[in-house]
Amino acid sequence: MADSDLTKQRSALAALLRKVVGGQHVLSSAEELRPYECDGLSAYCVVPLLVVLPADAAEVQDILRICHAQQVPVVARGAGTGLSGGALPLENGVLLSLARLNQIIAVDANNSCARVQPGVRNLAISEAARPHGLYYAPDPSSQIACSIGGNVAENAGGVHCLKYGLTVNNLLALELITIEGERVRLGGGGLDGPGYDLLALATGSEGMLGILVEVMVKLLPIPQRAQVAMAAFDAVETAGQAVADIIATGILPAGLEMMDGLSIRAAEDFVHAGYPTSAAAILLCEVDGGNEEVSEDIAQVRERLLESGATEVRTASDDAERSRFWAGRKAAFPAVGRISPDYYCMDGTIPRKHLPRVLGEIARYSEQSGLRIANVFHAGDGNLHPLILYDANNPGELELAETVGGRILELCVEVGGSITGEHGVGLEKINQMCAQFPPEELEMFHAIKAVFDRHGLLNPGKAIPTLNRCAEFGAMHIHAGDLRFPHLERF
Amino acid sequence: MTVDCDISDALAAQVCDAAAQAQPLRLVGSDSKAFYGHPVDGEVLSLAGHRGIVNYEPTELVLTARAGTPLPQIEAALAAHKQALSFEPPAFDGPATLGGAIACGLGGPRRPWGGAPRDLLLGIQLLDGLGRCLRFGGQVMKNVAGYDVSRLMAGALGTLGALLEVSIKVLPAPKVERSLVLSMPRDRALTMMRDLARQPVPLSAACHFDDRLYLRLSGNAASITAWERRIGGEAGSGESFWRDLRDHRLTWFRSEQPLWRLSLPPATRRLRCENDVLTDWAGAQRWVYSDYSATELRDEVAQAGGHASLFRYGDAETPVFHPLDPVRERLHRGLKHTFDPHGILNPGRQYRSI
Repeated sequence: MADSDLTKQRSALAALLRKVVGGQHVLSSAEELRPYECDGLSAYCVVPLLVVLPADAAEVQDILRICHAQQVPVVARGAGTGLSGGALPLENGVLLSLARLNQIIAVDANNSCARVQPGVRNLAISEAARPHGLYYAPDPSSQIACSIGGNVAENAGGVHCLKYGLTVNNLLALELITIEGERVRLGGGGLDGPGYDLLALATGSEGMLGILVEVMVKLLPIPQRAQVAMAAFDAVETAGQAVADIIATGILPAGLEMMDGLSIRAAEDFVHAGYPTSAAAILLCEVDGGNEEVSEDIAQVRERLLESGATEVRTASDDAERSRFWAGRKAAFPAVGRISPDYYCMDGTIPRKHLPRVLGEIARYSEQSGLRIANVFHAGDGNLHPLILYDANNPGELELAETVGGRILELCVEVGGSITGEHGVGLEKINQMCAQFPPEELEMFHAIKAVFDRHGLLNPGKAIPTLNRCAEFGAMHIHAGDLRFPHLERF
Repeated sequence: MTVDCDISDALAAQVCDAAAQAQPLRLVGSDSKAFYGHPVDGEVLSLAGHRGIVNYEPTELVLTARAGTPLPQIEAALAAHKQALSFEPPAFDGPATLGGAIACGLGGPRRPWGGAPRDLLLGIQLLDGLGRCLRFGGQVMKNVAGYDVSRLMAGALGTLGALLEVSIKVLPAPKVERSLVLSMPRDRALTMMRDLARQPVPLSAACHFDDRLYLRLSGNAASITAWERRIGGEAGSGESFWRDLRDHRLTWFRSEQPLWRLSLPPATRRLRCENDVLTDWAGAQRWVYSDYSATELRDEVAQAGGHASLFRYGDAETPVFHPLDPVRERLHRGLKHTFDPHGILNPGRQYRSI
């Protein structure tokens, strides 16, 4: 669109939206719009047409009615911490920030649930529930900052998914506004709702089906006790086998995390967690439950880790040490950020048994590309986060990192896994969707979207690639001779 | 004994033919839940012959099986590795199949703690209403690529697709399970169930009827003993009781009056429509015999934030499932049309006009 057309459209739409939310809650000048140009994936930036910040559900309804009537695309944004570009604005679209819908409406301890607005931070829910002895289980590592609305949109995970599930397993109901501005409740006040499970369909739908205005989350009793063991290994393969050995004991750990040598050293330098920096891999295994149960399980975990070839096993002697063990893991991303000007975080999942092969291949890609790769792994549930280190100031390095990242995701699909475990597809992994899904399934996804959003106004261009895009992407793979970075092996 | 068998090509051909002639199909696993939902007048699409465990690796905590696989076969395979289906699927009138358990979406007494079928579902292969074989989800615990079509199928009663293959998360079986029985009236029992549910009690079932509260504790022996002392009561009869509750074989279910299933915020106090009630899921699921008309009952339940299904022994006119508001009804119709454009898969089984 020509600049002058954009300017005209901007001021006409801004005038309409200001009537809904008031003057100061529509942002339209260049300096106001700039902070919204990206989410947590800062490699992609687009300045939106407008930013609008409604105060409540009724205002969201009015905004969507206007956008629907004007056929203007809408991109929803929570806290902007997403890692796949799901909240990347559109040049000709409205960015709908839900930051002002930030109230905890009620903590209902008797019914073990809380009603919250989408802009409430993940951690704030557990803080509000704590006086009742309850908490909200999913804990993505951005939980201090990320909002529950974004968690629902991405079906966020965390380090406790193996035992407590993802966001979708911890919700009771959602209130959604359709693109036509209608309000609809999905799920129910009990443990299920009538009819199709639209609650599950909407969870992880990346803002493509409707705009969330209220979330009812399930709260769980805070376990009596949690204990963590840290084990060091001199090979990642041994650590991978140890994970299977722990599962085989019949213990379901609350958290089971692996870090490789590069991430161990980066985390240790950053937060001094007490990690053994000479290890090739460490495992963190947390068990929780009743006092007696935790004592028995942690002893068994310790024994099994040693049998499985751990060179050292340490159990946290108190809560402070336990927090320190976890601090290193939770700070792994920023820690890697300190040793490289830029890094690119991947999010593939694999059947755990393929870990040695996948890590071996990743090491080979690293060698071929000359880019260092650190691996952080939700080992219990097979969710791998390779962090590709690069320097955006070196011409071509970002593209190289993206190419290597794409190949890692395709490898995950090849071994029977998925291109994303918890970060979502967004814009980032849209090409790899073509590797994971055949055309019929992709068509079905488009048809589902059309049921909710016939004109494709909600977050268009994200999450589900068009078949044309896949055809082009496929062609790029076939004509390997024309590829950038031809020295990299492809499959 | 029937053998494991892959008949997906024959099933796809049958659905294709039916689609070409707009011939309605009645999807059948073992027909153990034939009573559930509205009757379907159609040619039988029998999934029972499509059976067998395709993949099970205990240390991955994932099992993949064809939809017609009988649950006892799956439960036996899991038990050999001290694992179990944590949603405790009801079998009702016979050897239920895995596909049927997922399509009906019902959970047993463990549901508030162990999850519903949808919570354990990782991936599916299905035939849509055109007979196309589609795959969604996968065999990994975490997978957020694309819309969650797998979970959409759980509880859809086969109206969106015929399930061919299912991958589910399986969990370690509890090391120890013990039951307790306490004599007390309903109101006190409800208060006690909610109090226990709010604390870190290793609870895995809580139900009340006929002035008795039944509790099940699962996990570590020492933890269970500690809680038994705090809770009091007498030792319960154990596994057979919970299985009979799950499959509605307790004497309480003997009546052939219309049986309502109420799904409610668990702390909801006694509703006026609950003339005779068996409270399960620590209050969240209630089986009710009622003098109320369907409309009055549903109004009262909806007021309380829940919904009601006429689970069994209903009359031909009353809708089995709680009527939908106009927006949700439109979305249901749209999804039905997307997956089954000719409306041949279990038409009307869930909502008569969908």
